[in-house]
Amino acid sequence: MTTNGAGGGAKLPRKRFYRARAHSNPLSDSHFPVPISPEEVDLSQHYPRYFPADKGGDGEEAAAPRRIRFADVGCGFGGLLVGLSPLFPDTLMIGMELRDKVTEYVKERILALRAANPGQYDNISVVRTNSMKYIPNYFRKAQLTKMFFLFPDPHFKEKNHRRRVISMQLLDEYAYVMEVGGIIYTITDVEELGEWMRSCLEKHPLFETVPEEEIKADPVFKLLSTATEESQKVARNGGQTFHAIFRRISLQEE
Amino acid sequence: MEDTAVEEPEVSGAAEFAPALVAAHPHGNSVAVAIGPELRAFDLRAGLPVSLSDDCGGRSHSDAIRAICFSVSGALFASAGDDKLVKVWKTDSWRCIWTIASEKRVSAVAISNDDLYVTFADKFGVVWLVTLREDSAEPVSVDNKPVSILGHYCSIITSMKFSPDGRFIATADRDFKIRVTLFPKNPLKGAHEIQSFCLGHTDFVSCITFTSISENQSFLISGGGDSTVRLWDYVNGCLLDTFQVRDKMGELLGPNETDDSSLAIADICPSNDGSLVAVAIQSGVMLLACDLVGKKLSFLKVIVMEKSYIPTSLASSLSSELLWTVMGAANMPNQASSHLLTRLRIIPCFQKDRLSSSDAGPATLEDGDVPHGEKLLLALQGSLDVTKQEEVLASVLAALKVSVHKMLVKKHYSEERKEQRKRGRNDKKMKN
Repeated sequence: MTTNGAGGGAKLPRKRFYRARAHSNPLSDSHFPVPISPEEVDLSQHYPRYFPADKGGDGEEAAAPRRIRFADVGCGFGGLLVGLSPLFPDTLMIGMELRDKVTEYVKERILALRAANPGQYDNISVVRTNSMKYIPNYFRKAQLTKMFFLFPDPHFKEKNHRRRVISMQLLDEYAYVMEVGGIIYTITDVEELGEWMRSCLEKHPLFETVPEEEIKADPVFKLLSTATEESQKVARNGGQTFHAIFRRISLQEE
Repeated sequence: MEDTAVEEPEVSGAAEFAPALVAAHPHGNSVAVAIGPELRAFDLRAGLPVSLSDDCGGRSHSDAIRAICFSVSGALFASAGDDKLVKVWKTDSWRCIWTIASEKRVSAVAISNDDLYVTFADKFGVVWLVTLREDSAEPVSVDNKPVSILGHYCSIITSMKFSPDGRFIATADRDFKIRVTLFPKNPLKGAHEIQSFCLGHTDFVSCITFTSISENQSFLISGGGDSTVRLWDYVNGCLLDTFQVRDKMGELLGPNETDDSSLAIADICPSNDGSLVAVAIQSGVMLLACDLVGKKLSFLKVIVMEKSYIPTSLASSLSSELLWTVMGAANMPNQASSHLLTRLRIIPCFQKDRLSSSDAGPATLEDGDVPHGEKLLLALQGSLDVTKQEEVLASVLAALKVSVHKMLVKKHYSEERKEQRKRGRNDKKMKN
């Protein structure tokens, strides 16, 4: 699918040309470049307005370098990122997606949005990667303030539960890249998965529940069930959603 | 770094190739060698081979042993491997006191510094923990089943060590990562708080070890498939220095002799005073000077042993200056089961100031000068016959060049073969 570069008459990409299966196997070793460590993440590729390429990928030397703060794990077609971008215009956000074609679609979508709305959408980007294996390669300790897991693959069979993106094991890594006080947002339309995710988060010592009043007051919460293609499909079918929103806390060691 | 698949024809047995391992008792009481399913130990104080009594669990290891270690106190020894068993032995009597069953094959094992817990890693990258003593402060679960405490998602853990102060457990995997996790006072609930990731290796990490200059100043050293040895501040996940072994070998051998082996680092071993790191390389051992104050690794010398000798494992004890090296392998294609031979070589004076003094003596001990000489060599090597050994070791060398890499890189199968494997797979429900 060819498109003009940024700046040309960029039309929004048509989803039908980026069709892909909903499911992708996170266990297979795929072919995509992975940064050796967070220092190697080239931010100038993702956020050219904030990190001009000629200055190198780390951004301004004077002030503390700007860092990515929000991560949408399994961002699909990018709906959440597009919805979040104007709400937090100074925050860098990234979507992580395993499927090749879908990642390409999101890239094109962001470029088109930037071209059509100068000065906007410069703070969002997408990367093709396996977040179950490579989260620590992208983010430093306590870097993220929000992490999103919207409508993840349920992996219904019990033998496949270990492929679920939320598990006790993986929560260790998500807790590592999140700062204390950061919020993890999960939502699904599969009740059993919703219970599973809530249960993992409740059992994990580094996360505590966010009280309902706080959730209702959070401008981000509404986006979870309205912004993405998946959530819109659920709404169309009159389905129910199950969310589990938790805060990253620190352990009191004796 | 490209996360690429390696397309290789499936070589029978290559992935099961099991290198020989050596471990030394921290106080120099004994030394143990593992080759295939056989565990051989020698009592250095009494000068006699050890006879292991394994009436616990009813069977000795029935398949290749993949990991062995002594506990820091020296009281316990653990062995584990492809037979999905973890065995814990008391080193005074060499009786097996615990046999723990794992659901999957085991790739790494460690004993906590206080001898309370044994941890082992399975091939899914999950680390399990079992409580050893009844008088430990925590209530032991009724049937003392292994509890999973952490995991490297879908990776194979190649090396696992506790930090000298016991606060951390470090685990290294085939996906280039080293994870340092806080080891809690109550580990039965899991080790969930990650202290740092030590990222920098550009290929699988094969071995990690802690080294220290004083009580509270310790560092992590690692060796990997990228032919580098790296020094880390593990508390902060900072890479302090990288030593390029392959480049140094290229420099030393000169343009005429090319070293065509894979040069993955099979093992590393620090000296007891933290001043040296020994690196297993083709033809012997490379010694690096380890400056923990200046935080640098630099080349000291290469000790050439024999042309076709690549140590598969290194060990040293806290109390003595001997560096034990062993070469051998099991499960090689075309290997008769009786040929479980290893070759053992020892480097004396494994300490920086001893090495630099002019009367350091021979770089490697002749067989005749080995402590307890022939008795020890026969017990640990399996044979004294040099020609027979040379034959076997030549085939080990050939296999080693190919296999260290294959062991850890995920195999890729043709579509047809994939389907065939799926049909035979046992999809039992997971227990937790």
